[in-house]
Amino acid sequence: MNDESLLLKGNEAIARAAIRCGCDGYFGYPITPQSEVLETLAELRPWETTGMVVVQAESEVAAINMIYGGGGTGKRVMTSSSSIGIALMQETISYMAGAEIPGLIVNVQRGGPGLGTIQPSQADYFQATRGGGNGDYCVPVLAPASVQEMADFVDLGFELAFRYRNPVMILSDGVIGQMMEKVVLPPQKPRRTDEQIARECPWAANGLGHGKRPCNVLTSVELDPVVMEQRNLHLQRKYAEISTNEVRCEEVLCADADYIIVAFGSAARISHKAVEEARRKGIRAGLFRPVTLWPFPEKEIRRLAESAKGMLVVEMNAGQMVLDVRLAAENRVPVTHFGRQGGIVPSPDEILDALRQLQF
Amino acid sequence: MKQEIVIAGFGGQGVLSMGKILAYAALMEGREVTWMPAYGPEQRGGTANVTVIVSDEPISSPILSSYDTAVVLNQPSLEKFEPKVKPGGTFIYDSFSIDGNALRTDLRSYSTPAMETAAREKMTKCYNMFVLGGLLKVCPIVRLESVMQALAKSLPERYHHLLDMNRAALIKGMEVVAEV
Repeated sequence: MNDESLLLKGNEAIARAAIRCGCDGYFGYPITPQSEVLETLAELRPWETTGMVVVQAESEVAAINMIYGGGGTGKRVMTSSSSIGIALMQETISYMAGAEIPGLIVNVQRGGPGLGTIQPSQADYFQATRGGGNGDYCVPVLAPASVQEMADFVDLGFELAFRYRNPVMILSDGVIGQMMEKVVLPPQKPRRTDEQIARECPWAANGLGHGKRPCNVLTSVELDPVVMEQRNLHLQRKYAEISTNEVRCEEVLCADADYIIVAFGSAARISHKAVEEARRKGIRAGLFRPVTLWPFPEKEIRRLAESAKGMLVVEMNAGQMVLDVRLAAENRVPVTHFGRQGGIVPSPDEILDALRQLQF
Repeated sequence: MKQEIVIAGFGGQGVLSMGKILAYAALMEGREVTWMPAYGPEQRGGTANVTVIVSDEPISSPILSSYDTAVVLNQPSLEKFEPKVKPGGTFIYDSFSIDGNALRTDLRSYSTPAMETAAREKMTKCYNMFVLGGLLKVCPIVRLESVMQALAKSLPERYHHLLDMNRAALIKGMEVVAEV
C-alpha cells in the first residue's frame, strides 16, 4: 500500500485537499449531503497548522459574501453547500463574476426542487452552467466522478479561479460526497505570503498598496451603459479564452463505439458499468464523460457524432445536459435521454436497458 | 478478482462500520475499493446498508444492480437483498432474528448465530466483528491480519486496548458460521 493512500469520503477529500493546497479560508453552513466538509475541517483544526481560517457562517448567504470579501483580498477562499444552499448564493456568485473576484464553490447536489430530498441528484446542471444569478456571466464547472477527483479539483479549481479572476464551481453530488474510495492527497503546499499575493494579484483590495499604487476598487456596479458594455465585452473575451483553453473530458472505449453514453459525475461511473455489461453482450458501447460542464466539450461530441449511430445522455435529472449534447451533435446522430429524478440513483441495469432501446 | 458485497441490517448494528473495516483492510492489501452507504435520515432502529466493492482492477460503478455476496442482519434486508444476489452467489444471515426457511436454492447460503454468540460472550459491542469473521470464513476477501491493521488504523489509540477483543470476535465468528 502506498503510505499516502487513504480511504476517504468525497466530502472528507475536499476538506483535506483544501488544507493541502494552501487554502486560506473556508466559510460554510452545514447541509446534508456535504456536512462532512465542515466537520472534517473542524476536526483537523488547520488554523493551528497552516493558519487556514474555518468559519461556520450564520447562513449560506453570509458564507458566499465572506468568499466575496476573502477573494477580493487575493486569498484562496472557498465554500461548500448543497443545491438549495447554492441557490441562496447565486446573487453573490453573479457579483463575483461581475467584479472578477476568484473563489471556489462546491455543490454536493441533492434532489430538488425546493427543499427536496437529501439523496443524490444532478438537477443543478442548469443552475451551475447557465448561472442562477443575473447577467451575462459564466462559471467554470468541474464535475468530479471519483473521490480522487474531489481531492484533485480543489487545487485545480483555485488555479483556474485565480488564472481567470472568476468564481469556479465543483459540481458533485451525494454519491461522490458520501462514498469512500482510495485517494492520494496532493503534497502540502504553503499558503501564499502577503508579498506573493501582492505580486500575483495586483488587482486585490488588500490594503497592501501603502501609497505605492492607486487604490483597487472591486465592484460590479457601473451606471454608464457604454462603460458597462465594454466591461461585458471584456468578460466575454475572457469566457472565450476559457472555452478555448480549459475544456476537459474523458473517453472510455469510444474509438470503435456504435453507441455512446454521455454522462458526468456519478452518473458516468454507473454508466461505465453499463458500458462494460453492453460490451460483454456484444454491443459496441462507449462512454464520453465531460469533466468540465462549462466550458462544454462541444468539438469532441461533434466528432463522436460523426461516427456513432446513437447517443444516450444519462443524468440524475429530467434532461438538462442532453440539450448541450444535442446542440453539439448538430442532428448528426439521434440523442436520447435517460434519467432518474428526485434523489433516485439509476442502476447499471436500467441504463443498459435504455441503451438497448437506443439500438432499435 | 472482484467481489461485490452488500451488508444490510438495522441502524446501530454496525453495518456501515463493518463495511468500512472491510474496505480499509482491502486498501491495506493494495486493492481497489469503494464503500457506498445508503445514507439518509437513518437512525438507530431504522434500516441501513452499504455496498462494498473490492477489486484488483479500477472499479466503475459504486452502485450495483446485483451482488456476489449479501450479508443481512434483519428480515427486511433479507427480503430486499436476497433476490439481488447473483445465481451461485453467497448469502449470509444472522439466525437470531431472521426466518431462513424459504431461501433460494441457487445460492450458497450460510447462517451465523452472531447475535446470540455476541450476547453469550458479553461482547455485544463487537457484534459486527462476529459477522465479519463469518463473512471472511466463507469468502476470504481479505486476510485477518489486514482487518486487524485496519482496526488499528481506524480506531483512535485510546480504544486500542479493545483490539484483542475484536480479534477474538472475528475468530469466533469464523467458527460459528454454518452452511444451511
